[in-house]
Amino acid sequence: MQIKFNAMLLLAVLAVVVSPAQAEEDFWSWLANPLRQKEINPVSNQTWQEECGACHFAYQPGLLPGKSWEKLLNEKALADHFGDNAELDANTLKEVRTFALENAADKSYYKRARKIAVATENEAPLRITEVRYIQRKHHEIPEKMIKGNRDVKSLSYCDACHTRAKEGVYDEDTVRIPNFPEWDD
Amino acid sequence: MKKILVMGCALGILLSPAVFASPESDALLQKYQTDGAGKADPAKAKQDWNREVLVKDEKMSCSTCHTSDLSREGKHHVTGKTIGPMSARVNPERFTSVKKMEKWFKRNCLDAWGRECTAQEKADFLTFLLAQ
Repeated sequence: MQIKFNAMLLLAVLAVVVSPAQAEEDFWSWLANPLRQKEINPVSNQTWQEECGACHFAYQPGLLPGKSWEKLLNEKALADHFGDNAELDANTLKEVRTFALENAADKSYYKRARKIAVATENEAPLRITEVRYIQRKHHEIPEKMIKGNRDVKSLSYCDACHTRAKEGVYDEDTVRIPNFPEWDD
Repeated sequence: MKKILVMGCALGILLSPAVFASPESDALLQKYQTDGAGKADPAKAKQDWNREVLVKDEKMSCSTCHTSDLSREGKHHVTGKTIGPMSARVNPERFTSVKKMEKWFKRNCLDAWGRECTAQEKADFLTFLLAQ
């Protein structure tokens, strides 16, 4: 009797919590979801890796919300991509844009991506370094270790310090600041 | 006599500028001819490669990112990301994809010169690069 009740209760909870709509709901709904994962969803698209990784670190789509990617990944925006021409042919553009929008922060079940989604609820920054969550995470680091550090230069170069950034892992334990390996906050 | 002839031919082929040509680079050079390019001038391309031009507040040349020594790695002028050597002798993947060659000609000419390169200029550059 008790077992049957528990089983029904479990089923009811799962039914509510596993529904796909949860990904686009608030943080607490996400937390209740057994499908959630830590960190950021790694890049699983070869074209994204090649095209976006040609000139800089291939930022994972989970690092920005879909509305930001929409502003960045269109013909006009790519013709002047932070000062450089990064134009793509129509098919390639469609592929990377689709990949970005399907894996953006607001669509992701990954923990860090969810935090970025919450932090960008009311804004669509063009730069990952403008996301409040990212800024907060780095605000204690002295300038000499970033801007004044010739092997880092800017927070835009995630993989300069985040040794597992390519896997979508940004955990503090995996961080090693070049020229300041002993530093901890 | 025959031996000398064969050796001569082999040497001639080895020393010819397009020694690292691929079917793709041949196809592209053919296309540039069709688009109006005349005889390729790799010497002019070499000069152009190193000539700095002011575009949108930045003075740069092809060598800014790719360096003047094409057997060496280059570096992106903003991000510092490593760019593989342009020389096919050192980097056998070079000039094996028409799509890639067209893409980078378009982007890099727009960045470095503020306009697309003409068919003649592209023919000059490609011939110059193939000989490195």
